[in-house]
Amino acid sequence: MAKERKIGEKKLECQICGGKVTIPADVMESEIVSCDDCGLEYEISGVNNGTLQLKPADSIKEDWGE
Amino acid sequence: MIKVAVIGGSGYIGGELLRLLLQHPQVSVEYAGSRTSNGKFVYKVHPNLKGSTSLIFKNDSITDVASKVDLIFLAVPHGKSQELVPPIMDTGNRIIDMGADFRLKNISEYPRWYGWDHCCPDLIQKFVYGNPELHRDEIRSAKFIANPGCIASSSIYSLAPLAKAGFLDLPINIDAKTGSSASGNDVSDFSNYSAKTNSVRLYKPSGHRHTPEIEQELSILSGRRTKVALTAQSVPMVRGILTTSSVVHEMDIEEKTLWNLFRDFYKEKRFIRLMMDKNGLYRYPDPKLVTGSNFADLGFNIDPYSQRIISIGAIDNLVKGAAGNAVQSMNLMLDFPEEIGLISIPIFPV
Ligand SMILES: NC(=O)c1ccc[n+]([C@@H]2O[C@H](COP(=O)([O-])OP(=O)(O)OC[C@H]3O[C@@H](n4cnc5c(N)ncnc54)[C@H](OP(=O)(O)O)[C@@H]3O)[C@@H](O)[C@H]2O)c1
Ligand SMILES: [Zn+2]
Repeated sequence: MAKERKIGEKKLECQICGGKVTIPADVMESEIVSCDDCGLEYEISGVNNGTLQLKPADSIKEDWGE
Repeated sequence: MIKVAVIGGSGYIGGELLRLLLQHPQVSVEYAGSRTSNGKFVYKVHPNLKGSTSLIFKNDSITDVASKVDLIFLAVPHGKSQELVPPIMDTGNRIIDMGADFRLKNISEYPRWYGWDHCCPDLIQKFVYGNPELHRDEIRSAKFIANPGCIASSSIYSLAPLAKAGFLDLPINIDAKTGSSASGNDVSDFSNYSAKTNSVRLYKPSGHRHTPEIEQELSILSGRRTKVALTAQSVPMVRGILTTSSVVHEMDIEEKTLWNLFRDFYKEKRFIRLMMDKNGLYRYPDPKLVTGSNFADLGFNIDPYSQRIISIGAIDNLVKGAAGNAVQSMNLMLDFPEEIGLISIPIFPV
């Protein structure tokens, strides 16, 4: 059975849209989280004594090749 | 329970109103009107309603209908409801008109865009333009509502926050793509499957009738005359409208500023969704994602190269673009919870 994650422990502000990025309570380094509003993904680049460092993850832009 | 009648019940909007009203816990549908289907079961015309109603279409006089109900929905072609409204008003009944006859406050717009002179211009001021997100308080105290046009609604929702913030200085270019149900159930040469399939039909490069209504509402918000240039195309889908509007904006603007503008403007408006995602398949509003629901999905994009904001709206023309929106206004007018009868998650995939 899938383990339910405790989400909503922490909410950080999205750098792009000002929305909320929900961080699971048991988040680990290098995990990907995303903004609730604009969907931008962030990589957790560091977890130090409860302080999180986030960096925007690369997103694949749509390219129809024209 | 409120007793309602739907005139023009055999049309697409009539059918969608009946679908929503029959599911509404505070409404009893007493009458469905049709001239051509008089005497037929409603489900014979709208087969999706089979098992939900045993109503039979009738063609009674409008005053007889008014004597049986509290509220009448008029879902008839433009130009027709102005003939029906005066006798209904005499009976003290409430009216929600789905057509254009009472939407425009400036009567000189009617001959210009619709090709007819209004027969009862004095009555227009008694109607409230039924956009519940913009005219909530007026709708609450209204008896007569002019429900907005479908392309107009998608355009207005996506541009309203920008109008209010003073961004609409120059004419706005609106490109509208619409599904076939937006033009009603009348058959034309273009209804032919071979003609329609794979076609993107530019049916109104200019001169679309929703232009003055969009201008009216955006001008109120911006506090000055706002001009729009609307182009409309019919695309091969049944339900749905997508509008993309270009707003020239010469100053640099941050994405976060627009997000906050839209968030603030539509705070606590439960039928408005900001539908953008930096990842995945659905990054901007798409009519596919609102089918069967009363949502208006909104989005935007900033184009620094051509110095414009592209503002996007997607609705189901039969729901938020017509019947769902009318039920929302009815709820406000009758002091029911605003969302009652309308909480339906969009169907997906469609
Ligand atoms: N389709 C949309 O997406 C949409 C969106 C927003 C607003 N609207 C507006 O809603 C109204 C109805 O549109 P619709 O798409 O449902 O059109 P529709 O499918 O053509 O239906 C109109 C209905 O009105 C009845 N009708 C026609 N002429 C009439 C007359 N002279 N007197 C009384 N009834 C008459 C017809 O029924 P009988 O011939 O059986 O009597 C017909 O079924 C229009 O004003 C339209 O502009 C439509
Ligand atoms: Zn964000």
